[in-house]
Amino acid sequence: MTSLPLLTLMIVVPVVGAVVVAALPAASARLARPVALGVSLVTLALAVLAWVGFDSGSTELFQLTETYAWIPQFGVSYALGVDGIALALIVMAAILTPVCLLAAWNDVPEAESGRLKRYFALMLVLEAFMVGVFAATDVFLFYVFFEAMLIPVYFLIGMYGGPRRQYAAMKFLLFSLAGGLIMLVSVIAVYFAGPGGENGFLVENLIGNVEGSTGALRWMFVGFFIAFAVKAPMWPVHTWLPDAATEARPATAVLLVGVLDKVGTYGMIRFCLQLFPEASQWATPVVLTLAVISVVYGALLAIGQTDMMRLIAFTSISHFGFIVLGIFALTSVGGAGSTLYMVNHGFSTAGLFLIAGFLVTRHGSKRIPDYGGWQRVTPVLAGTFLVAGLSSLALPGLSSFVSEFLVLQGTFMRYKVAAVIAAFGIVLAALYILLMYQKVMTGPKPVFADGAAPADLSLRERWVVAPIILSFVVLGFYPKPVLDVINPAVDKTMQIVGVSDPAATASGSAK
Amino acid sequence: MHSLITEGDAMTASAASGMSSLAWLLIALPLLGAATLLLGGRRTDRVGPGLATGLSWASFAVGFVILLQLLGLAAEERAQHLALWSWVPAGSFDLDIGLLVDPLSVSFVLLITFVGSLIHVYSLGYMEHDPDKRRFFAYLNLFVAAMLLLVLADSYLLLFVGWEGVGLASYLLIGFWNWNPAYATAANKAFFVNRVGDLGLALGIMTMFVTFGGVDYETVNEGVANANQSTLTAIGLLLLVGAAGKSAQFPLQSWLGDAMAGPTPVSALIHAATMVTAGVYLIVRSHVVYDAAPDAALAVALVGAITLIFGAIVGCAKDDIKKALAASTMSQIGYMMLAAGLGPVGYAFAIFHLLTHGFFKAGMFLGAGSVMHGMNDQVNMRRFGGLSGFMKVTWATFALGWLAILGVPPFSGFWSKDKVIEAAFVGEGWQPWVLGGAALVGAGITAFYMSRLFFMTFHGEKRWTDDVHPHESPKVMTIPMIVLAGGSAFLGLALGPTGAITSWLEPVVGEHGEEHPVLAVPVILTLTLLVVALGLFLAWRMYWRDDVPEVAPRGSVLTRAARVDLYQDAVNEGLFMRPGVHATRSLVFADAKGVDGAAGGLAALVGGLSSRLRHLQTGYARSYALTMLTGVVAILGVLWVIQ
Repeated sequence: MTSLPLLTLMIVVPVVGAVVVAALPAASARLARPVALGVSLVTLALAVLAWVGFDSGSTELFQLTETYAWIPQFGVSYALGVDGIALALIVMAAILTPVCLLAAWNDVPEAESGRLKRYFALMLVLEAFMVGVFAATDVFLFYVFFEAMLIPVYFLIGMYGGPRRQYAAMKFLLFSLAGGLIMLVSVIAVYFAGPGGENGFLVENLIGNVEGSTGALRWMFVGFFIAFAVKAPMWPVHTWLPDAATEARPATAVLLVGVLDKVGTYGMIRFCLQLFPEASQWATPVVLTLAVISVVYGALLAIGQTDMMRLIAFTSISHFGFIVLGIFALTSVGGAGSTLYMVNHGFSTAGLFLIAGFLVTRHGSKRIPDYGGWQRVTPVLAGTFLVAGLSSLALPGLSSFVSEFLVLQGTFMRYKVAAVIAAFGIVLAALYILLMYQKVMTGPKPVFADGAAPADLSLRERWVVAPIILSFVVLGFYPKPVLDVINPAVDKTMQIVGVSDPAATASGSAK
Repeated sequence: MHSLITEGDAMTASAASGMSSLAWLLIALPLLGAATLLLGGRRTDRVGPGLATGLSWASFAVGFVILLQLLGLAAEERAQHLALWSWVPAGSFDLDIGLLVDPLSVSFVLLITFVGSLIHVYSLGYMEHDPDKRRFFAYLNLFVAAMLLLVLADSYLLLFVGWEGVGLASYLLIGFWNWNPAYATAANKAFFVNRVGDLGLALGIMTMFVTFGGVDYETVNEGVANANQSTLTAIGLLLLVGAAGKSAQFPLQSWLGDAMAGPTPVSALIHAATMVTAGVYLIVRSHVVYDAAPDAALAVALVGAITLIFGAIVGCAKDDIKKALAASTMSQIGYMMLAAGLGPVGYAFAIFHLLTHGFFKAGMFLGAGSVMHGMNDQVNMRRFGGLSGFMKVTWATFALGWLAILGVPPFSGFWSKDKVIEAAFVGEGWQPWVLGGAALVGAGITAFYMSRLFFMTFHGEKRWTDDVHPHESPKVMTIPMIVLAGGSAFLGLALGPTGAITSWLEPVVGEHGEEHPVLAVPVILTLTLLVVALGLFLAWRMYWRDDVPEVAPRGSVLTRAARVDLYQDAVNEGLFMRPGVHATRSLVFADAKGVDGAAGGLAALVGGLSSRLRHLQTGYARSYALTMLTGVVAILGVLWVIQ
């Protein structure tokens, strides 16, 4: 075990890195990129240490904990710690950040030194907040990170995005703020319903100790849930996502959809389920219905899109539906599946957004009808795009299959109808991915007016794609290391909620 | 320990030993080939095709040694289980990756690697001038690896990985020439229809888990005795949906004809000999479930019977040599499904016919490829004719395949198909008459359309277009055809009358029950040979003796329906595609106008707020910080007040 305050370091290192990057003299602004990449790699190394130091056999709720009084008068602590679910998401964020930085290498021209520095500094700040939000074990601290995260994302979209960036950024902000303010009410209420005192906001003190009338607890649950449903995003509060995703730079979109939105589904486990077991079970029918609608709705909308980035955003709405479904199925299988899904979805969305981004860089259009036959122009790009797409449609053998199957299986154990309807998402996923692939990549080779066909993936771009595809294959055939970390946390959640898996009806050993 | 059958002496799988413990190499070798060729890029252009072919043969060699090892063991010891690693340990769902080496899987291994390797060799010639040859061989190797995983898996979920893996390979190879938009569409169609089937299979697997607490064959087979009938029927029907998708059985048959867009070696390997028979494998592998769920088994048999007639009718009307062969494949798999649905009297013959069909149909597809090779890639049989003198090897090997599929004694198809027809006449009530009748009539139609195909291509008048100069294909192509023709001629004789196939498979599929067909066996045999002779005679009169018009005549209502695959595409389009497109369009519209707007009136709010904020210039950050500050202050304030 290591005695380093790893989680704090993983917040401090990127923040310091961001300050350094932002403070670089204009003459050496181009150093912003390697410095930022280096900082994110150091953070990744810390994440690996945290992974190694994590004991999946431990009975503690949280590990790698650090607790300091912050505003003891109001029960607020600076408390960090992780269970398997949080750790998996933090490691995913730590892997995706350098990948995104590398993908964003040429997003801002070198000549615009100030903008360049700020762009990379903002991404590092975002990384710090992402670690913080997953590592916070104090509800108030969580809320602070939850809101603080919006700031770098707001600027990344609003200052560096596409033509409608300001609209998209504002829409993102307002949806998130509205959700956040509703949650704020619940945050306050939880404190008063809990044991109070100097550590009154600590999750471990609150679990099992949030008391109040059934109605009050349900209202608190709803407050948290709405905020997380906006973040996740679920139908019908999803409409900010396609705008944000298409206007943001691909790297920002990845961090937003792939990592940041997971705060929503993560929060559902950590706060909705763990703090309000009864209310969670009460709300299950509604939540499952919304989740199933999200699965089917997101997929149908994805099929109908003509903008590549919007299409990918809608696939994510469908995938988030799956994740929520697995969480509220309240089975160990669904819970493990959903958590694994959060990790796998991060990588497969990264693949789609970034590779589509590489394509857009070459042709200057996000519109699907502007393409066709590009497999014959950029075969490697097309091949990797197909692999990322296959991951998105959960092809068996790739990582997302394991998680999607587990979610459906876990749901099927308790809610057969919901699982069967959601399973149609399997068919729809094939439609939205392969129709897009067909329109963009197949067909006769396009003719380029100036005679110069765009180049295939560069070395830098291949380095972006390689770890993503590697994760598909490795976690497809050997997800055990991740599942081993996740399982105890899921079991604990199940215990807290007070549910256990339905037994098999006709197992052979019962003879 | 893996118990494989419920009746009689239960055969249990012991831990793999000797060569069986290297069974993973079967999959790893072609997978290595695919990975090398795909990741190696153009560097492997030159060595790639040869490497892929060599690795496929190496996989066959491993399979052959495993066969020898199993043959050296007592029949009840021929199931060996190779545990590999823990795959999905997730809560109460805990599954390992392992391989099951038993007579059933080894039969498939040998078919896949032997026919697969021959087709690799053939492709060296057929694809010689294709600029993307390396990619083609990579996909072929990927297919072989996935197909071997499918048949060697020890659980339904691992089977599913191979199942969709072969689907992917099929998609990639159908769309290999996807610069042609029609071919890209064909590839998508195959994938989509298969996904519908896969949905059924996936739901079947989920039902198995909630029923038996596991999805490996051992757990499922052990639990069947404790499960209730309706659950087992549901599982059986869901697996059938999966099987129908993969094996192009009614009503999920529509993709196979279009799949002929792929290069012909692909049609031979994937869409005739191996992948499309995976549904039959699934049914036979799940025989414990079907044995306990007679309704589901009957559904299998009926689907088989419907498809065998459907495919045969369509086969009569196609002028495209590959599409005619595809219809024939669908029909022949219908025979296998029918046999598999008959229960213990049929399992071994389903697999037997699958093996002989693998040889004769692959041989005929390669023959068709050879004809196309010599005829400038034309496929319209109305512009063939009289080729027998120009392509003697192709003609002779094709003739053996033709005799085999007709069921002319003593060629392979006679031994396998005749047994299926006999078995279809076993049973009580209406079933033997309907199923047996369909099988019998199907044999006659098969004789007609296959003879039609054979005569239109190789005999009668030359109806060539002006620019063709037919010639025999190079040896690298004809030698695989000759080998497969050898199988068409003798494989049935070697395995059928000797009882080799039934005794080999018995440990897996159970004791082969006593047959008592409702008609005496010699009567069935005579009737079968009579309808075959009739079909052949009619075809001879119409397509050899009489002139074949170069442009298809209008034809009867049935002919016109059969030409468009009995309106399968129109039905799918009307029922699913058009409503789907409408739903999607209106949802996209509603999402933009409705949901977005209705989400708390936020869209309007955004417009209002952002225009107001725009006046503040730097106001975005300030106002946001202010909002957040307000939030925090509110929290602290409330806390303070209440304390």
